[in-house]
Amino acid sequence: MTEEKEHREYAGQFRRSWAKLKRNKAALFGGALLLLYLFTALFAPVLYPGSPSAPNLMISLEKPSRDHFLGTDELGRTIMGRIIWGSRVSLLIALGVISVGLVLGVPLGLISGYYGGKIDFAIQRVTDMMLAFPGFLLALALVAVLGVGLKNTVISIGISMIPIYIRLVRGCVLSVKEQVYVEAARAVGSKDFRIIVRHILPNVMVPITVQTSLGMGTAILFAAGLGFLGLGVQPPNPEWGAMLGSGRAYLFNAPHVATFPGVAIFLAVLSFNLLGDGLRDALDPRFRI
Amino acid sequence: MKEQDKPLLTIEGLHTCFHTLDGIVNAVDGVDMVVYRGETLGLVGESGCGKSVTALSVLRLLACPPAEIQGAIHFQGVDLLGLDREGIRRIRGNAISMIFQEPMTSLNPVLTIGEQIAESVRLHQNLSGKEAWRWAETMLEMVQIPGPKQRAKDYPHKLSGGMRQRAMIAMALSCNPQLIFADEPTTALDVTIQAQILNLMQDLKQEFHTSIVLITHDLGVIAEMASRVIVMYAGQVVEEAPVRELFKNPRHPYTQGLLGSVPVIGKKAKMGRRLQEIPGVVPGPLETPGGCRFHPRCPKVADLCRREAPLETVLGEHRRVRCWLAA
Amino acid sequence: MFQYVIKRLVFTIPVLIGISLLLFFMLRMLPGDPAQVLAGQMATPEEVENIRRQLGLDRPIHVQYAVFFSRLVQFDLGRSARTQNPVTREIWARLPNTVLLAVVAITLACLFGIPAGIVSAVRPYTWMDYLVTSAALFGISMPVFWLGLMLVVVFSILLQWLPAGGTGSWKHVILPSVTLASFVIAFIARMTRSTMMEVLSQDYTTTARSKGLKEEVVIVKHALKNALIPIITVVGLQFGLLLGGAVLTETVFAWPGLGRLIVDSILARDYPMIQGAILVFGLLYIFVNLVTDLLYACVDPRIRYD
Repeated sequence: MTEEKEHREYAGQFRRSWAKLKRNKAALFGGALLLLYLFTALFAPVLYPGSPSAPNLMISLEKPSRDHFLGTDELGRTIMGRIIWGSRVSLLIALGVISVGLVLGVPLGLISGYYGGKIDFAIQRVTDMMLAFPGFLLALALVAVLGVGLKNTVISIGISMIPIYIRLVRGCVLSVKEQVYVEAARAVGSKDFRIIVRHILPNVMVPITVQTSLGMGTAILFAAGLGFLGLGVQPPNPEWGAMLGSGRAYLFNAPHVATFPGVAIFLAVLSFNLLGDGLRDALDPRFRI
Repeated sequence: MKEQDKPLLTIEGLHTCFHTLDGIVNAVDGVDMVVYRGETLGLVGESGCGKSVTALSVLRLLACPPAEIQGAIHFQGVDLLGLDREGIRRIRGNAISMIFQEPMTSLNPVLTIGEQIAESVRLHQNLSGKEAWRWAETMLEMVQIPGPKQRAKDYPHKLSGGMRQRAMIAMALSCNPQLIFADEPTTALDVTIQAQILNLMQDLKQEFHTSIVLITHDLGVIAEMASRVIVMYAGQVVEEAPVRELFKNPRHPYTQGLLGSVPVIGKKAKMGRRLQEIPGVVPGPLETPGGCRFHPRCPKVADLCRREAPLETVLGEHRRVRCWLAA
Repeated sequence: MFQYVIKRLVFTIPVLIGISLLLFFMLRMLPGDPAQVLAGQMATPEEVENIRRQLGLDRPIHVQYAVFFSRLVQFDLGRSARTQNPVTREIWARLPNTVLLAVVAITLACLFGIPAGIVSAVRPYTWMDYLVTSAALFGISMPVFWLGLMLVVVFSILLQWLPAGGTGSWKHVILPSVTLASFVIAFIARMTRSTMMEVLSQDYTTTARSKGLKEEVVIVKHALKNALIPIITVVGLQFGLLLGGAVLTETVFAWPGLGRLIVDSILARDYPMIQGAILVFGLLYIFVNLVTDLLYACVDPRIRYD
């Protein structure tokens, strides 16, 4: 396959995938939801000026009303404001986690799959070991070592994502490596780095993109879980999971305190999952009719 | 050629299209054909010309949607397209059965060979479990699989490609059908095995008095097996002829091209005949050319061919061609 | 078959050693002096020194690991820093509760998830399919702990049908297990759907139809039996997620299981207990993977036992 033709085929594939994505109403809804989420996170200071963490005990545990759209929590802080500011925290965590996973997982997967041999064996055994612990437990164990807080939440969940990327990328590399054009590139003496970047990486991009979208959702879920247990982002920072955790104590007389942060988590995760599903359907040629 | 007068299967104006994201694909576009009792009809063409879809349309094995089947298909006077699900189900595997191309993927990997043969006998012939199993063993013996009793208990992955295709044939014949569609039955096999399988099919056909529609792109197989041939191109029938007629006097340039691309042993030295090929490829399902569908690849193309699609010209009984040159 | 089991068991040994290494270095990776951490902020230098000697932290690192490993093999995980009880005893007291919850949840998940996925795959793009796929999508997007709390609000507070937490009767099991199962039901339904769709498009499905088999027979006997192979794998993998979810669910419902124990231990910096609980979770997961592999071999005739 000549390079020009290869490019044309990529372009054609892209157009088809885009057309398919545009027809997928669920994915579009997910995309819109995601935009809303990004908008909220970006413009939090405009949407809710003032501190989301300043207590006002005069108005604690108020039910939703015109003044406080989603009510107030036990310290009289507006839940709406905390959810708006909380979107920044969760987005920051999701981006951080994915960066850790991508930056460490993808190169390790590429190396492991492309070179094989001893280095592959070593990487795979470490991956096996990490995967012997279910993701959330691995993150929990890391938190136990590193301690709580925003930074450690990102590191812990990020590390727990690395083996997933290694496995994914390695599998793709193994299947692409044997293909004719890679063999041909190797036969004409292209450098390994060039082969990886030009021929292998583009083929691995599709699963990475899908995994990244779904992984952002998982990262938000995990971070909220840690926050809920009191092992994630610490108060008074507005983190959705932690808000839920503290609202739990007031389930009987003020259930709204625990309800709305959960809705926020759900919608954020839903947006990434919808988009990820849509991307997979649009990009994965196996699902094409 | 022994042909009984009554047609077993008639297909009239068959249109099968698929609704895809890229548009409507007309896989079969106005096909007429007749199959008689006890004959072997060859259905020839390059891959993608609609041969297999025609066969799948007869048994209605295409998922609708995305597929849509129109036209008339009559089997022994029964309108197959008009039958309900239960009705067509009673015909499948019983009166009409199929042999598929890929023996590797067409057998269920998690069921034993014997079970896969026995289940359709149990269903259609009302045999008990034990009788059906014994019949499955008999069928395996009939298709010359060594140690049939043992093989019946094996799973498909333990059998070689040739053995699997024999098992597939046993499966297709197990209910003694009147008609078998054999879709490229030997394409996936080694050349030596191919001949064995073809001979086996020939013998069994005589024994069971079955009609066969043999779908293939291999004219060698056609010459050996078929009594009558239908050539398809881009979803249409382009030529029909008795087998000798076709090889002696092909009328459509496409058929001529197909025949030209078959190497004939010993002729090259004498006549300087070269192995020819038809330039270009079968047009994609969405890029059917205007006018005659073959015109971009035709060596004898004229202006008329580019402008208008030719109709079928009937040259005699079972002798027709779709080309302006014959009109 | 027996040999296969042995072989699989042998394969778990390196993973076990890996986990023990991970646990061993976990304590060493702690910022600061582990003896100081264990002794607490208020401890005198003598007390810290005492603990250091007690834990063998003054000896070379490989000796420390050898001691740690030999104790591990004897299920001696030390004493809890919080309660001073042997870690093993504490874990044994909690383990049955977590296993009960997990088993009920995984049973629910298979019972509802697999049929839902099949229905969805067999009638794609119908209202039933949309119902299943959107419910499943909601299921995997919902935080389990939030679902748990919402169930408490509805069934314990508003309707007062079921207890909000604790143990005691079968009624106590319902809410936690449903909460825990929800995510897995959704995941299994999605997985079953895509697997069944793929299997239904295989050549052998067309062969089965061409034989005139009833559609139910094609789906259950020919398709599902093939689809079960990946489904079993996923159910096994999901068990891991279930264990992770157990940590959250047990916290929501004050369920005295291993998950709750691990969280309490992390909050109290009770490191021997954390080590022990994580080890047991790892062992559970390995055990489940082993069972999965064996089931897999039962369903797929292509797996050879040698």
